[in-house]
Amino acid sequence: MTTTSTKPARAKTQPAAASSGERRSAARLARPRVLVTGAASGLGRVLCRRLHRDYDVISLDARAFPDRPKDVEHHEVDLRRKAAQTIVKKRRPELVVHIGPMHDDLVRNVGGALLETTATLLRLVEEVGARKLVVLSSASLYGPSPTSAAFLSEDAPLLGGQRHRRMADAIGVDMMVQSFFWRHPDTETVILRPVHVTGPHQQNLVSQYLRMERPPVMLGFDPMLQVVHEDDLLDAIILALQPGARGVFNITGPTQAPLSRILDARGAHALPIPGILLGAGLARLRALRLTRTSVDELVHLKYACLVDGARADRELGYVPRRSLKDAVTDV
Amino acid sequence: MAALGLGQQPASPWSMSVLSRVTDVIEGLLDPKLRARIDALPRNNLNEFGVDPFGCDPEIIKLIAPFMSFLKDRYFRVETHGAENIPSDGRFLLIGNHSGQLPFDAFMIGTTVLTEAPKPRLVRSMVERWSADLPFISELFVRSGQIVGDPRVCTRLLEAEEAVLVFPEGAKGINKLFSQRYQLSNFGHGFMRLALQAKAPIVPFAVIGAEEQAPAIADIRPLARLLGLPAAPIIFPQMLPLPLPTRYRIWFGEPMEFKGHADDDDDVVAAQVKKVKNTVQRMVDHGLKRRPSVFF
Repeated sequence: MTTTSTKPARAKTQPAAASSGERRSAARLARPRVLVTGAASGLGRVLCRRLHRDYDVISLDARAFPDRPKDVEHHEVDLRRKAAQTIVKKRRPELVVHIGPMHDDLVRNVGGALLETTATLLRLVEEVGARKLVVLSSASLYGPSPTSAAFLSEDAPLLGGQRHRRMADAIGVDMMVQSFFWRHPDTETVILRPVHVTGPHQQNLVSQYLRMERPPVMLGFDPMLQVVHEDDLLDAIILALQPGARGVFNITGPTQAPLSRILDARGAHALPIPGILLGAGLARLRALRLTRTSVDELVHLKYACLVDGARADRELGYVPRRSLKDAVTDV
Repeated sequence: MAALGLGQQPASPWSMSVLSRVTDVIEGLLDPKLRARIDALPRNNLNEFGVDPFGCDPEIIKLIAPFMSFLKDRYFRVETHGAENIPSDGRFLLIGNHSGQLPFDAFMIGTTVLTEAPKPRLVRSMVERWSADLPFISELFVRSGQIVGDPRVCTRLLEAEEAVLVFPEGAKGINKLFSQRYQLSNFGHGFMRLALQAKAPIVPFAVIGAEEQAPAIADIRPLARLLGLPAAPIIFPQMLPLPLPTRYRIWFGEPMEFKGHADDDDDVVAAQVKKVKNTVQRMVDHGLKRRPSVFF
């Protein structure tokens, strides 16, 4: 209900529109308020740093966020707790960015916490009448497949759960947000499905893999890989926050390359291991609690998962600035 | 191997020098004329990592080409007719008969188009889905431009102005028994819909000689099902699916253009498919009549 009353004011407070000094100081008084969930994750932290100059940022995470910018209002509380919900209802953010499960720690998804958190957030978004919801999903949800050269578009089925069971909840989140998109047309909902995100602040599997001195590869397989640098992904999030943007978008880097050549570019020495041994070894390490990487992840070393990012270019005006070489070496 | 893109960066300098020497030796076997033709392949779509969007690297073809030209010139002694019918630029579909238990016919068509066409073209063949599970082979296929068959992939390739090879008979064609040699099995409709959608001309071809390279006298279906293979043929006389050195004769027909919509009714498309099938069958019959001997 608040959406209608605040609409006229909003048009003037767009950060991009502020050009002259006076307009900027006027806009500062009524900067759009953005809620970032999962803000203490690698991506969340750089996002808050990018947003805080143009937006009032409220960050929410069960973890601490010690190196946050001074003007970011951080609440160290789980979204499922009543305290967190009270904060959101009181602060009434106009924009919400949900750092989805794939960019955080999938391992923390105990007993469907992921789905519950997202359901809670969607309920809150509906209640406070936020005008924008941006959810970070992932292109891995399409799942690696032998026919990856088709470059999947946004309407391809999400089959990642077939070979990777823990991804099922992440797919559930994506679908839940899709249905929210149709049920609440007043909220501009954007789902971003970036390919593997790399960057110095990322703690995800691909970044950790690329940082390895001797990364294991599957003997005889060399899949094509798409990665996007965190800076480019931040650009895409900012574009998604602009009024009018809505829908599902694949976010890609400028190009794709075979894994072996990406590792060469990094100067890493690949360690080829036959697939069966690699699977057995990883399962052993996991049983001994020496790694948290699931055997299901190995499918990424076998098949490619390539997506088509043309829609983001066409409708959001998103163009990656970092080259692929840049994205794989800056980790 | 690093040049091969097989994923193993050499760990020490001596192994690197051995590998680069091996690749040098292989490239040294390459006929200079063929090297020039591989160099003349379009390279405007290669990225900073030396591959095109589909993962193909023309440099890798230089390492496979010596083996392929040995097969073509020495082993199967391919005789080509109508190479002038292969378009010099733009998209097209190569449609023809499939035979011989193992896809040497596809290799030979690819090599022939690369070496004999008025302008060198790289043929992209649609390979079987299960080949993606074979170590090294899957990688070599992708790096040399051979892609797992899927209608969406095919559309994408045609839109990128590539030459795509499709065997409409599929696995049924290649696994024919010797008694059914040179009889085309059913053509699927998929290729015609793709051609109509991409407005791509169809270049029909016929391969004569591949049927006799591995005569199958029986196909053990239960065994094939057990192994998850499309067929388990018993091959006589050599018992292995290694090909006999028959002489290949490849005939290329004039490009055929079709008008219509990709979503036309089945019977409309079926009539057009039949036209292509009849053309291929006619070319096969003509080639058989003109053949003096299977081996020479």
